[in-house]
Amino acid sequence: MSEIKYSSAELMIINAARLLRDGDVVFVGVGQPNLACNLAKRTHAPNLVMIYEAGVIGAEPARLPLSIGDPTLVSGSLSVVSMYDIFTNYLQRGNVDVGFMGGAQIDKYGNINATVIGGYDSPKVRLPGSGGSQEIAAWANRCYIMTPHQKRRFPEKVEFMTSAGFIGGRGDREKAGLRGGGMLAVVTDIGIMEPDESGEMMLTQLHPGKTSEEARANTGWDLKSASSVGTTDPVTESELRILRDELDPTGIYLKGAS
Amino acid sequence: MTKVLALSEAIAKFVNDGDTVYAAGFTHLIPFAAGHEIIRQGKKNLTLARATPDLIYDQMVAAGCAKKVIFSYMGNPGVGSLRIVRSAIEKGQLEWDEYSHFGMITRLQAGASGLPFLPMNQTGAADLEKANPNIKRIADPFGGKDVIVVPALNPDVAIVHVQRADANGNSHLWGIIGEQKEAAFAAKKVIVTAEEIVDESVIRSDPNRTMISEIVVSTVCHVPFACHPSYAQGYYDRDNEFYLAWDKVSESAEATKQYLDDWVFGVKDRNEYWQKLGAETHKRLEVPDLMSEPINYGRY
Repeated sequence: MSEIKYSSAELMIINAARLLRDGDVVFVGVGQPNLACNLAKRTHAPNLVMIYEAGVIGAEPARLPLSIGDPTLVSGSLSVVSMYDIFTNYLQRGNVDVGFMGGAQIDKYGNINATVIGGYDSPKVRLPGSGGSQEIAAWANRCYIMTPHQKRRFPEKVEFMTSAGFIGGRGDREKAGLRGGGMLAVVTDIGIMEPDESGEMMLTQLHPGKTSEEARANTGWDLKSASSVGTTDPVTESELRILRDELDPTGIYLKGAS
Repeated sequence: MTKVLALSEAIAKFVNDGDTVYAAGFTHLIPFAAGHEIIRQGKKNLTLARATPDLIYDQMVAAGCAKKVIFSYMGNPGVGSLRIVRSAIEKGQLEWDEYSHFGMITRLQAGASGLPFLPMNQTGAADLEKANPNIKRIADPFGGKDVIVVPALNPDVAIVHVQRADANGNSHLWGIIGEQKEAAFAAKKVIVTAEEIVDESVIRSDPNRTMISEIVVSTVCHVPFACHPSYAQGYYDRDNEFYLAWDKVSESAEATKQYLDDWVFGVKDRNEYWQKLGAETHKRLEVPDLMSEPINYGRY
């Protein structure tokens, strides 16, 4: 059998897709998370219900959505509601299983910065801000993020906490009374990090051919490894075919950066 | 009584320098035509509120209309950075007031409901709360956990684009409805722009689809293709190529000025703008029909 070739983006998307369970109600973002969700739906999770923060429930996009409010999300969906309804009746009420997050920085306790680098009042780099992520991180039952494994993306502590992971440790999250379970997996191009009992992200799995030294060298905190670090299942031809031929045939999110 | 005005008359009459303006629409139905008319009329010192400032506010900030933005996600959707708003904030040239999406629409919902504020559950991420004095934490008077509260937002003017409205402003819209209804009911004055002005009987044929009532509408303007490069569900597609192109244009002050000269100041109105886009673009943005099943209201 010849060796299967894939990009870092494909590797992350495929591993993120595998975290979804059949029947999950998932809050989807555009770009790579959208590909991961649609891949899961076409493989092991046909009953996945995709919710988009623009207010679309049960979307079945016929083409690759290029923005969070793409009209393809609406046509053929189960329901379209206002933004107030999506954040109250669906998210705050506890009807969302999974949130896919994005952000410039994610720290040791799974907290996310999508707001600012430098001081808030005199920003060095002004990022887009929360959008839906502050509430998704707090109230979805399980949160996941995929991001390339780079030191600058993984500081010990985020400069600005846009969205809470375990804050300063698991106890803080409990004290804040958040309903969701927090950041449960960080999928990178090296492996997967998951929280330990204190809420600190540790290395639990490596992709085939990657090493824990690589992961440690590209993490901004002293990254611990689980007592036995597993290896993620190899990427399959069929996963790649769905991604490349069906979901993103022109390579908008599969090529380019990372 | 008809409330129909030309868009230029509506903007002249209802948008004043210094106003807080909410040009509604979450990615969908963004009222670009009204934004361009505000630029053409040289309105100044506006506070521009939108969950996602989008290209419309990037252009209005570039044109010098704004002193402040209120927002919850400042990006070029699906592309990346919203360069002009971002750079104005980084350089300290533009005031800003920031929320999460939920905080932003909760402000509108409070405004639309006639309440002084509304509560939300805590999120554990307290940095924005520390940075923004409008976000406060209060005790639950019924003994539960503390809640976060935000004040009502009651814009001076809301601009809401819809697929079809009657001459009094009763409006049907469908597809992503974002914060359209909340913005209209929260605002002191409401400008509706519509793809089609229809007879009142069309509205009455499907009253459940009426999201905005004539009771709150100040004026109605017939402006087909008002949303380009955004879209109107079922009428024309989103021009993603334009969103990508703006990423380049907005990198340079000269290119931005040239854009405004050519596409805002260089055209009289939206019709001229649409004609100038040309047949190829029109063709590219065409959408095949997908009709819903009719429903039966019954004749009583």
